[in-house]
Amino acid sequence: MQIFCNGRQQDIDEGVTLSQLLVGLELPADTVVAEINKKIIDRDQYETLKLNQGDQVELIRFVGGG
Amino acid sequence: MLTITNSQFSSRLFVGTGKFSSAAVMKRAIIASGAQMVTVALRRVDLENPEDDIMSHIDIKKIHFLPNTSGARNATEAIRLAHLARAASGTPWLKLEVTPDPRTLLPDPVDTLKATEQLVKDGFIVLPYMNADPILALRLQDVGAAAVMPLGSPIGTNQGIQTALQVAIIIEQARVPVVVDAGIGAPSHASQAMEMGADAVLVNTAIAIADDPVRMAGAFKQAVEAGREAFEAGLGASSTTARPSSPERGRIGEQLDFIDG
Repeated sequence: MQIFCNGRQQDIDEGVTLSQLLVGLELPADTVVAEINKKIIDRDQYETLKLNQGDQVELIRFVGGG
Repeated sequence: MLTITNSQFSSRLFVGTGKFSSAAVMKRAIIASGAQMVTVALRRVDLENPEDDIMSHIDIKKIHFLPNTSGARNATEAIRLAHLARAASGTPWLKLEVTPDPRTLLPDPVDTLKATEQLVKDGFIVLPYMNADPILALRLQDVGAAAVMPLGSPIGTNQGIQTALQVAIIIEQARVPVVVDAGIGAPSHASQAMEMGADAVLVNTAIAIADDPVRMAGAFKQAVEAGREAFEAGLGASSTTARPSSPERGRIGEQLDFIDG
């Protein structure tokens, strides 16, 4: 199935969790905050939250700024 | 000691973390600055080229994190970024920035006020970046801003405190700390703001783009401390006419006047 991750279309298997998506992207879960369909996801849900067809996933982190 | 809400800071220099050539230089500059408050921004992870996590370079036990909402063009975007920042950092502290025009990066007063009001209700400790408008500063305090952050000149311009007259009024009227932010391009600008009675200054570009950011951070530390010390010591009145600093009486010319004597 397809999701959109940071604006990019991506194919993933059915039943993949947010946590598994992050592992695949080599992003440590504690360094990013995830928004799915504009809803912020609590970190303790990353392991259990399964992604759905068409989900808009935004992965955001802190960068240098003034 | 600077107090914002219930937190105390012995350093009155806040440092931004943007534009540094490397994370290592940023880290050393923050240490040299003595800053206890640093700002960070939130951005989408570049999935092709994910950068290092900036949080891993900052000792969050010693340094207070102040996430900003840079990039927000209106109150709605700023509020969304604020909630993301709180989820990412676990802190309710927020530097609110609403800048609709990328050319000037000047803050939108109406949406800044709207967003401050909402975010205070949502439990955030809001430090709004604002134009140096004394009435707006009062309005922001009325809706619960924890501090106000008037600009000296536009972001990243290094033009110094071009808004000195308005900043002076903001300081005079303030019921919350005043942090002069943006445009501070040299340690002398930071000193000037502190001598005027600002509670703190926020510096980013001037440190980050210096030839030696670590030494410049140290220079800003000294400038902020000197400016604050001068403010607390009480500056003498200024005058447009000369006033002798040596005694008027007992001059040699009076005692040994060879021409008329």
